[in-house]
Amino acid sequence: MTDTALIMKSIEYRIRLLGYIKKANAGHTGGSLSCVDILNVLYNRILNISPQTADDPDRDRYVQSKGHSVEALYVVLADRGFFPESDLETLCRFKSPYVGHPTRKIKGIEQNTGALGHGLAFSVGAALAGKMDGRSYGVFTLLGDGELAEGSNWESMLTAAHYRLDNLTAIVDRNQLQISGRTEDICALESLYDKFTAFGWSVRSVDGHDVTALKSVLCSTPFTQGKPSMVIANTVKGKGVQFMENIAKWHHGVPTDEQFTLAISQLKSRLQEVLV
Amino acid sequence: MSADSAVQTGRANLDVFSETLLELAKADKNVLAVTSDSRGSAKLANFAKALPEQIVEVGIAEQNLVGVAAGLASAGKIVFAVSPGSFLTARALEQIKNDICYSDRPVKLIAISSGVSYGALGSTHHSLHDLAVMRAIHNCTIIVPADNFETAESVKAAAAMSHPVFIRFGKRAMPDLHKPGARFLVGQALLVRDGCGIAFIATGETVIHALMAAQALEREGITARVLSMHTIKPLDDQAVLQAARDCKAVVTVEEHSCAGGLGEACASVLLQAGISVPFKIVGFPDEETVTGTQLEIMAYYGISPEGLARTAKSMLNRKRS
Repeated sequence: MTDTALIMKSIEYRIRLLGYIKKANAGHTGGSLSCVDILNVLYNRILNISPQTADDPDRDRYVQSKGHSVEALYVVLADRGFFPESDLETLCRFKSPYVGHPTRKIKGIEQNTGALGHGLAFSVGAALAGKMDGRSYGVFTLLGDGELAEGSNWESMLTAAHYRLDNLTAIVDRNQLQISGRTEDICALESLYDKFTAFGWSVRSVDGHDVTALKSVLCSTPFTQGKPSMVIANTVKGKGVQFMENIAKWHHGVPTDEQFTLAISQLKSRLQEVLV
Repeated sequence: MSADSAVQTGRANLDVFSETLLELAKADKNVLAVTSDSRGSAKLANFAKALPEQIVEVGIAEQNLVGVAAGLASAGKIVFAVSPGSFLTARALEQIKNDICYSDRPVKLIAISSGVSYGALGSTHHSLHDLAVMRAIHNCTIIVPADNFETAESVKAAAAMSHPVFIRFGKRAMPDLHKPGARFLVGQALLVRDGCGIAFIATGETVIHALMAAQALEREGITARVLSMHTIKPLDDQAVLQAARDCKAVVTVEEHSCAGGLGEACASVLLQAGISVPFKIVGFPDEETVTGTQLEIMAYYGISPEGLARTAKSMLNRKRS
């Protein structure tokens, strides 16, 4: 798949996830839009996972610690054939398995997440088991930046460094916003690069919407032998829809009919630009 | 013989836990112990020496302990996550709920030094809430072994279980309660002694106190049934119902808050079956616990052979409605 095809895929994913959020009248819009390029690159270029190998002990593992952005994960998994995309018509409906946060009921999802600060510890355990068994799989987890205020993350970072888990990669969706506002206003996180480095991780920063750069960074893990890898992916919350970008209220905002039409129109225009 | 001297005749359940785990781990390299700087308290020093590759230390970080255990289990490891009950079920409760139970990871959660085992160290170290919170979380078997036999059997059973299990241990030496040939089944109470005057339904390290109370009552012409209700969930409803039908009164005994533990579980079974029987929950009231050794604290709240015999007699004086 060319990088242009990847770029187009990201736009299509955005169109689809907005459609399902609109239909369900619920969802985490801003964070799904900010992380979808990361998921696109992971599932289409990096991860050794397919519906046929979903239970293979040697498969790569992806754990979405920022579980609230499940709509982005659902559309990517559907596109990769883990389940029929028509299933997503039931998102958040009564008795639907497509809950508003990831669950193992859905093929391709490794672990139930949603409460924040859980994915990294699970990923450490999965990576440690891989080391013990001499398996070559990688473990990737996506963290929200607001989520980093959960102390459990820092416990797990210590453990990952202690056990020299260079088969583990954590990616921070650094969109700078959480539900109440800017991360730096609520409980300052910076300098994340220095903090992760001090915790024994090998750290790189990348434009989290540049699929070429993402691919390059995620292909080169581990960044340092014997160290876990941390990717700070600088992103824009609400990316791709101008009136949603960098506005905290779109954390879990659902567009009105007019807003939805405008959002899809903007994304389709962008798709045309890429095609040209 | 006092409960204090009686319990000196056996070995600590934790010693048996660690020996059993070592046997299991020697036979299967996928069996792991995960600890939060708790290997000494959990009597796992020998395990660590014998099988250093099969113990995972995460430091004093219980949330991490449980999450890491879930990840290890996801890759096929048979994981015993070991930490003091007070910290495991309070600090890491969300990890237990989501990473283990909701995600259905078959981790064996091992709560050590539970109840008031830490005695005078105070409420920070006591776990009198753990059965209540664990009962309210879906998808976890809860076992509280009373003696060395129940300990070994429950650990072996847990290793083979494909869903989450929580096992609660104290610290004291425990005498054997069961005859050779006794059969341990998860979810099935063990009859320690039969009788039809009073029924003691007890769990964990309180069972010996109930048994000694029963022996004292017999000298006064009152027969007592003693059940070791080692599995709190799923509860052996039939054993509870039968005890209420056969005996004149039922006394439940637990080293736990009266709220949400064994006693309330039994009461729920009886009331919903329409059975009314003189009934008493002996446990910890809703107050800050007194300072003392485990036995002193338990006796203060009526968990002693003398206290339980007294409670039994007062219950037998009540009219059955």
